[in-house]
Amino acid sequence: MKILVPVKRVADPDNANKVKVSDDGSRVTSDGLEWKMNPFDEWSLEAALRLTEDAGAKKRVGEVVLVSIGPKDEVQTIRQGLAMGDERGILVEAEDDDLDSHVVAQVLEAIAKKEEPDVVFLGKQSADGDSNVAGTKLADFLDWPLVNYAMHIATDDEGKTFTVKRELDVGQQTLKVTAPCVFTASDRILQPQAIKNGVTADDFAYPESDGGRYASLKGIMQAKKKPVEETTLEGLGVTPTRVNAYGSFTLPAARTGSTVFLETVEELVEKLQTEAKVL
Amino acid sequence: MVRRPGRGTVLGAMATYLFETDAHAELRQQIRRFAASEIAPHAHAWEEAESFPRELYARAGEIGLLGLGYPEEVGGHGGDLSHVIVAAEEMVVAGTSVGTCVGLGSHGIALPPIVRFGSDAQKERFVRPVLEGTKIAALGITEPGGGSDVAGLRTRAVRDGDHYVVDGAKTFITSGTRCDFVVTAVRTGGEGHGGISLLIIERDTPGFHVSKKLAKTGWWASDTAELTFEGCRVPAVNLIGLENAGFLAIMANFVSERLMLAAQCVAIAELAYRETRRYVREREAFGRPLAGFQVTRHKLADMATRLAAARALTGEALQRYLDGDERPSLAAMAKNTATDMCSYVCDEAVQLHGGYGYMREMIVERLYRDARLYPIGGGTREIMNEIIAKTEGF
Ligand SMILES: Cc1cc2nc3c(=O)[nH]c(=O)nc-3n(C[C@H](O)[C@H](O)[C@H](O)COP(=O)(O)OP(=O)(O)OC[C@H]3O[C@@H](n4cnc5c(N)ncnc54)[C@H](O)[C@@H]3O)c2cc1C
Repeated sequence: MKILVPVKRVADPDNANKVKVSDDGSRVTSDGLEWKMNPFDEWSLEAALRLTEDAGAKKRVGEVVLVSIGPKDEVQTIRQGLAMGDERGILVEAEDDDLDSHVVAQVLEAIAKKEEPDVVFLGKQSADGDSNVAGTKLADFLDWPLVNYAMHIATDDEGKTFTVKRELDVGQQTLKVTAPCVFTASDRILQPQAIKNGVTADDFAYPESDGGRYASLKGIMQAKKKPVEETTLEGLGVTPTRVNAYGSFTLPAARTGSTVFLETVEELVEKLQTEAKVL
Repeated sequence: MVRRPGRGTVLGAMATYLFETDAHAELRQQIRRFAASEIAPHAHAWEEAESFPRELYARAGEIGLLGLGYPEEVGGHGGDLSHVIVAAEEMVVAGTSVGTCVGLGSHGIALPPIVRFGSDAQKERFVRPVLEGTKIAALGITEPGGGSDVAGLRTRAVRDGDHYVVDGAKTFITSGTRCDFVVTAVRTGGEGHGGISLLIIERDTPGFHVSKKLAKTGWWASDTAELTFEGCRVPAVNLIGLENAGFLAIMANFVSERLMLAAQCVAIAELAYRETRRYVREREAFGRPLAGFQVTRHKLADMATRLAAARALTGEALQRYLDGDERPSLAAMAKNTATDMCSYVCDEAVQLHGGYGYMREMIVERLYRDARLYPIGGGTREIMNEIIAKTEGF
């Protein structure tokens, strides 16, 4: 099985309070921010690794190709994924400001056509833009089946058909899809037994985790030698057509930070009615 | 590989060592995430329970933490002492349980003699499973009758055919209550340092007893034991290196141990300093945050300065060590500088926390107790000075 996993970096969500808006309000500035792999991409990356390995024997049985679109130092995000165990990476050089979900989906479409993976596995959204669009657009452009918010995936050792459970507000939905297809992941995909790939023993349980696997020093060192192909939008024959234009950005009002402690429920109800006016 | 000097993280200009490369930064990120999600939530409970779950060894083995600094041929993950030290720092700062880190890391002093001087069979049998997290290793040098005077140790091992028969006792042994084997210093020959050997003694050997689990000032989550050996028959193949040549291996091992201890002090002080920085902004007195008093800011400035100095010396001693300079005096200087600094910083941290600093629920209270070990363990402050004095030729 071959899986294409798009990854991007986002400003460390734990330091989101350092995000600033440029003086003219035209853009969000990233100066001095720590970058991290988009946490939602970490889920899909982990799922892709689980689908393509024999976990008991600690052996890779398929291929995961990482792709990232962004400035040159985005390659660090790719190396981070390679340190977790992926085979190779593709960096599509572009300026962050020139990208929107539409352009991203255009680029991924071109790469998917070239790489011919069985699955493109994306994060359901990115922790900065929170658009939740790229995966759906990509499936549309490719005319491949789409399963958003996958929480459980079962396949056999051929890896061509998948039984996928997806998480919805109203419950779970089970779909059967045939490769090639596009998935996005919900966090439940990280549950110890959420992936059955027909190679790893069915009763194998991964450790409880709220993110992807930890890269070891060995993985980190090996990642530095793994191939990362560099290309550009032109190189892929993509003519970017942005569909989103941003007017202006403003920071939300600072929180006042006052916390009031009440003694009784009656007081709370009264305040919710008279002060907060939400009841 | 690119060095990343001055690339400080969240706080402080020097929150990293000068020797660090991209690989160190990436390793830090991984270990920080591991420690924050799998240790920090349990830190207080494990310290209070004076133990952490045994499963943590397997988990730490799986993610390659235990294998750091060991070659791949013995099941390690490569890297050197510099990687061990930055990983340990993240474990302490993000995990906040010093006891757990030192317990989990007791192999760091037990395995190097086997890796350096042991046979291939010993490496397979003892090193590999420990790095995988399925066996626990301890180092037994100190005896109830004396720790500083290593050359005077009295635990006897008498050769009897294919075995050594061991009689004696060891104390203050980290991970002693649940280790699978102890790399033990024994007397196989005459008086003095020329009669000492290192022997691997397995816990299921008849005559091996854990006589006591010791109650301590700090390092609670790490178990510390007194061990006794009564007519313990140890296979002669468990001898590490040559008979009566153990003292050299012990002394060489002390150098890396002391650098690790110095780095732990830097890490503990870093955590105490960060906790305090945060606290003085939140806590108010006389209508303003504690940080609003110049006295508070100057205390923090002194803490930061001493921390930076100890980090610099520790980093330099480590770099020289990695470059092949194994002079014991360098490690001794780094250790004394770092332990003094750590005791000072933790004391000031408690002071700035006021009454809360004396309460068991506060991290700095625990760090203050943990810090007290360092001028004693791995060779006392006085013994460090003896080493420096000898090297300097006073
Ligand atoms: C929590 C903990 C964990 C430990 N873990 C281990 C372990 O895993 N393995 C292990 O083998 N040991 C371990 N130790 C033991 C530690 O290494 C010893 O405690 C230390 O070496 C000191 O030995 P001692 O306790 O016998 O003190 P002593 O040697 O009795 O020293 C008592 C005092 O006399 C001073 N003194 C001694 N000789 C001289 C001298 N020549 N000149 C001036 N002053 C002198 C010392 O500096 C000290 O202040 C541990 C100790 C602790 C507390």
